[in-house]
Amino acid sequence: MYRYDEYDRALVQARVEQFRDQVARRLSGDLSEEEFLPLRLQNGLYLQKHAYMLRVANPYGTLSADQLRVLAKIATDFDRGYGHFTTRQNIQFNWIELEQVPDILQLLADHDMHAIQTSGNCVRNITTEAFAGVAGDEVMDPRPLAEILRQWSTVNPEFLFLPRKFKIAISSSASDRAAVRAHDIGLYLYRGGSGEMLLDVMAGGGLGRTPILNERVKQGLPWQHILTYTEAVLRVYNRYGRRDNKYKARIKILVKALGVDAFAKEVEREWELIKDSDAELTEKEYQRVAAGFAPPVYERLDLIDPEYGAWLARDPQFGLWVQRNTQPHKVAGYASVILSTKPGASAPPGDVTGEQMNTVADLAERYGFGEIRVSHEQNLVLPDIRKQDLYPLWKKLTEINLAKPNVGLLTDVIACPGGDYCALANTRSLPVTRAIQERFDNIDFLHDLGDLTLNISGCVNACGHHHIGNIGILGVDKKGEEFFQITIGGAQGKNSSLGKVIGRAFRAEEVPEAINRLLQAYLDYREAEEPFIETVNRIGLDPFKERVYPTPTDAAQLKLEEASV
Amino acid sequence: MKNIITTVNGVSGVVHDDPWSMPGEDESDNRDFQIVSLERLLALAESGERLQGQYGVMLHPDDDPDILLPWLASLRLIALQFPRFSDGRAYSQAYLLRARYGFEGELRAVGDVLRDQLAAMRHCGFSSFAIREDRSAEEALKGLEVFDLIYARSVSTPQPLFRRR
Repeated sequence: MYRYDEYDRALVQARVEQFRDQVARRLSGDLSEEEFLPLRLQNGLYLQKHAYMLRVANPYGTLSADQLRVLAKIATDFDRGYGHFTTRQNIQFNWIELEQVPDILQLLADHDMHAIQTSGNCVRNITTEAFAGVAGDEVMDPRPLAEILRQWSTVNPEFLFLPRKFKIAISSSASDRAAVRAHDIGLYLYRGGSGEMLLDVMAGGGLGRTPILNERVKQGLPWQHILTYTEAVLRVYNRYGRRDNKYKARIKILVKALGVDAFAKEVEREWELIKDSDAELTEKEYQRVAAGFAPPVYERLDLIDPEYGAWLARDPQFGLWVQRNTQPHKVAGYASVILSTKPGASAPPGDVTGEQMNTVADLAERYGFGEIRVSHEQNLVLPDIRKQDLYPLWKKLTEINLAKPNVGLLTDVIACPGGDYCALANTRSLPVTRAIQERFDNIDFLHDLGDLTLNISGCVNACGHHHIGNIGILGVDKKGEEFFQITIGGAQGKNSSLGKVIGRAFRAEEVPEAINRLLQAYLDYREAEEPFIETVNRIGLDPFKERVYPTPTDAAQLKLEEASV
Repeated sequence: MKNIITTVNGVSGVVHDDPWSMPGEDESDNRDFQIVSLERLLALAESGERLQGQYGVMLHPDDDPDILLPWLASLRLIALQFPRFSDGRAYSQAYLLRARYGFEGELRAVGDVLRDQLAAMRHCGFSSFAIREDRSAEEALKGLEVFDLIYARSVSTPQPLFRRR
């Protein structure tokens, strides 16, 4: 992991003092709520339905065991015993007192952590995939560049008051597990013909009210220019992005308005003027940061461990879990383990208790190298586990309810906190999530369905990324009543696509049955091992619509619905 | 103007006798220390006239600062506007005027200018600050006494931190 030096440390410490002073001025009335708002947002503090919510940054989803214990302590001492991991690899605490925030930030700063720019109209946490550095299909570790971007964007004075929030993701694997295409800037890192590091830069993606996948604006950018090119994109956006309408202020609207080619040209013109300057990244700096991500000292292990093989044969439950909840590791004899935070009715997606966090931290030290990752799917990952340790680890994870073998399956739902917490949501996404998880609890059925993502958002802001779920559910308010609109065909990754609405929205209690009909249609139409998304792509929406809306009334309503979409 | 903080050679202080007037306040042609609107500056240029003495101009946040290129050497002051403190366009304008076009006169932040934004403004090249009139400039001065380390380069620290580490 990257270790803070005296500059990094001084910055987060000074930031705590600054915010302590700002909180004091807010409490004394010197700062109005309107003036305080952007200050607290840039320190991750939202005012939610019932209390303040604090979002802590986990840069590119990497945590040390000690840092996870700090999060556990915050959950236990300052919140109601749990935290909520988000799709952007951060963690949110939902029941926070304003007066205590400076002390929480102090605790974070003392462990090289912060909540800087986890909200507000600025560059947010830089994200990557949870298996960075260890994935079997990885080209190279994207985290050094992610950390360099984190530093560059932190309190970058020119870009703290952008038209709207700005999200950057970077990936360097055959499969994109970081939803790169749904970001304001998406970066694919790869090697050119002579081994040099290059980037493809995509701009103008984002979900929310107007979902758009980003498009490529620069191919083969040499890595030394990552900061100057990003600076050029941000300067163009800061100057020309719309500020008159919050819903049209994301960079995606600017890119669409100009057209991607014209936008890219504008960026190129700006970049030409700054690229050969002191802002160009140096090999020395890359190496300094990359040293923090040097691989740990792995043991030389056989590809196949006899004891592990024996447990696989003896315990089918274990086999099921290995099949779904582990990922191939680039080092022989190792695997990455995914801890499902989606046990079903007992906890909402992404919620992890302080007690669980402490145990996970212990397990990371005992079986791994003391490192934990957070995934875009809101799960936790232990990146480096010897295969021979998988069985005892599985036993321990089962005890703390983090071993549901459902990773990548229907019940591995991505969900926002919804109307139960969020002041923006107009529907409650969590009860619907729970109802779906309860209805489809049969693990054999889930495994038979195979890879299938279901994402749910409680409002059009799309924090649950419903547009890129194979099945997406969006909560909408109709005259004070909660309805849920279903889309299918969404996907993240290299073949990203946005889901399409299948028809009229459902009442909350109707949703599980509607999902059931979708699934039955899939099972009837699928060919061999074809995953859900491929069946949808092959046969289109109509066969699904017919099965979900069998009556003429439904069909008629469907037409009305389509006319209004 | 009232409630002004200026920074000269790295030292900031409240100015009690700032001579500048905002556009529309006092536009007698022979008066020094007028800040004129861009429209007026362009109109005067059109009619072949030239403002005499010390003068400044105020840009709208949408204006491209390169429109001022013909005047940069003679302009004593450029005022950039913050219609709301959450509107960050003037930060980029300031960067361009200083780093790209080499403007060396006074760069003044006007509008919704508050204590907690001053350090970022200074980084982007602002050298004076018209603090919102319902706020104390003496209090706001504390906003420039904060720790303001950044990683990226800025107008006030042209070398990014990684070149100094």
